[in-house]
Amino acid sequence: MRVALFVTCVNDAVYPSTGIAVVKLLERLGVEVDFPPGQTCCGQPQFNTGYRRETEPLVRRMGRVFEGYDHVVTPSGSCAAMVRDNYPRIAHKGSDPQLQQVADTLVPRMYELTEFLVDVLGVTDVGAYFPHTVTYHPSCHGLRMLGLGERPRKLLEAVKGLELRDLPGAEECCGFGGTFAMKNSDVSAAMGEDKVRNAASTGAEVLCGADNSCLMHLDGLLHRQGAPQRALHLAEILASTEEEPLG
Amino acid sequence: MSGTYLGMPSFPVAAREAVNNPTLRANLRHATHTIRAKRAVAVAELADWALLREAGKQIKDRTLRHLDTLLVELEEKVTAAGGVVHWAADAEEANRIVTELVVETGEREVVKVKSMATQEIGLNEALEAAGIAAYETDLAELIVQLGEDRPSHILVPAIHRNRGEIRDIFATTMGEWGRPAPDDLTDSPAALAEAARLHLREKFLRAKVGISGANFMVAETGTLVVLESEGNGRMCLTLPETLISVVGIEKVIPSWRDLEVFLQTLPRSSTAERMNPYTSTWTGTTDSDGPKAFHLVLLDNGRTATLADEVGRQALRCIRCSACLNVCPVYERAGGHAYGSVYPGPIGAILSPQLRGTQSDIDASLPYASSLCGACYEVCPVAIDIPEVLVHLREQVAEKGGKGHRLEKTAMKAAGWILNHPAALTAGERIASKTRALHPKTVPGASAWTDSRDLPALPEQPFRDWWKKNRT
Ligand code: SF4
Repeated sequence: MRVALFVTCVNDAVYPSTGIAVVKLLERLGVEVDFPPGQTCCGQPQFNTGYRRETEPLVRRMGRVFEGYDHVVTPSGSCAAMVRDNYPRIAHKGSDPQLQQVADTLVPRMYELTEFLVDVLGVTDVGAYFPHTVTYHPSCHGLRMLGLGERPRKLLEAVKGLELRDLPGAEECCGFGGTFAMKNSDVSAAMGEDKVRNAASTGAEVLCGADNSCLMHLDGLLHRQGAPQRALHLAEILASTEEEPLG
Repeated sequence: MSGTYLGMPSFPVAAREAVNNPTLRANLRHATHTIRAKRAVAVAELADWALLREAGKQIKDRTLRHLDTLLVELEEKVTAAGGVVHWAADAEEANRIVTELVVETGEREVVKVKSMATQEIGLNEALEAAGIAAYETDLAELIVQLGEDRPSHILVPAIHRNRGEIRDIFATTMGEWGRPAPDDLTDSPAALAEAARLHLREKFLRAKVGISGANFMVAETGTLVVLESEGNGRMCLTLPETLISVVGIEKVIPSWRDLEVFLQTLPRSSTAERMNPYTSTWTGTTDSDGPKAFHLVLLDNGRTATLADEVGRQALRCIRCSACLNVCPVYERAGGHAYGSVYPGPIGAILSPQLRGTQSDIDASLPYASSLCGACYEVCPVAIDIPEVLVHLREQVAEKGGKGHRLEKTAMKAAGWILNHPAALTAGERIASKTRALHPKTVPGASAWTDSRDLPALPEQPFRDWWKKNRT
């Protein structure tokens, strides 16, 4: 089984610890994972802001870089959804048969991390240890576009020492929304503040999610408010073990 | 659309006001969350909801594909039943037709019900200019009219008001329009409803001309259909001598069988009721009962242009249930007025720029008034993929390169180049990481982010460097 990690541009530049966690986690589960260095960005920020044409070269690059792998795994629900939902649309609109080729071949091999763990590897207990209280925010793309459902929750529940607390209003958007966070910053911050307040009301030490872009927005709010709670990617919790706890 | 909305600021500017108004935010939050929860229960009762949703979508799509022939069929049937059909290409033409029809009756006042189309075209203002008073009879519309306000929700136009505010509006302005509110008016719902009932009853019994909209028009029989909760609509449709219905051309459906689907999905999606309290249907005129003259004004006003857009046309499937507004986190914080149109919320964000074009500040900003969370698509009873249309419209706005978009396009192009040249990207990331101690917490130009949020600290090294060092 040839598995490639699509780390995403945000994780590469800002949250490398998430990528490292995915590598360690998958290796611990016996998966040999590769990181093709030619990868950059799936084109989500460009596409969602209305620059479809500018995403076309990135779509072609994604197709090239991940050719030949059985599975492509990414720790980002929104990037997985970008490939799965929007690549076919981009291919349909563009006149380039190469785009269609990418959509046809990459889409079925693209997995968000929790899908890969539960559906492909068939595990929910990944042998993790994380003795903390956690509340989970299911980001919109994972929730609605990918339909991740109970997968993240099942994975977290199996973590030794972890106490999972329900997040009130969990299914409401946190307000990140890519360039929305800048273009409509007042509304974006208002949404995020409500999310952060709900997270605080659980008393959990950690606000967990599976998309670092949303977490960057939420952690930025927590940090600004001087809140004790911290945002953390699901992969880092799953990678943490008794022998090698999260640093 | 209505001149009332001309000169609206762009969405982010208009939204800021609402975001910073705690009363408004509390009103909106309470109202949308209550109805959202009720809707979920009402929908969950139907085991075949997914099938109904798909059926509604397909009926509407089929209708849109055959719109030309269906409208002609409708015209024939309405005419045969004693009605008169008028075609209006835009707001101006529709207003002229309706004004002339009212003037011909010799009347100087009309009662109105259930018509977003007339708000879309600014009919009340046009009538006023011709010396004709138009009285809104839907309770919420009445509140909006008396408060010299604008509607902020499709179904609950006065959603932004609480009971106390409504009491004050009734107490101070009802007298100017007709029967005044009683002196001892309280803010209990029963007292407010009774004051409105007495005020409106007087108008219904006096009016000789009624103006309505319609939820559906059945082509096979030329029948118009209105769904409502208060019964005021039924009075408005049956008591006057002349009835003028102004309806968007996309509201036609082929047959009564098709109606069955929407009679199930519309009430549950909008008011969370299994069945709406009043369903009125009317076909032309009858000698012994109801209005003696019936006019149907079929309104285009940007609809055929919308129909021509392969992706955007799905907005015309909308049955105005308002479910998308009630689940929208952006609407909840920004309020309905920020959308600068009679159609607020997610549907407004895709419908208004299509009907009006994207030249104005507000219309160019509406496709961006969403975080693309997808909650609207999930609840829409006719499965309009609102996020898909938003992104599609963003492309049109960005292509035109209006205000701000030229710069953005250049930046996107530059980013696109870097992202297509991994070596440049790696170098950039390394420089950023190496100089991370120098990065100020507030980056100039990024204030839209840093006004309320801190930026993350940059890591020692990007992931690709870790990989290179540890795995290759
Ligand atoms: S877009 Fe869908 S959910 Fe929104 S008002 Fe129209 S029919 Fe209802």
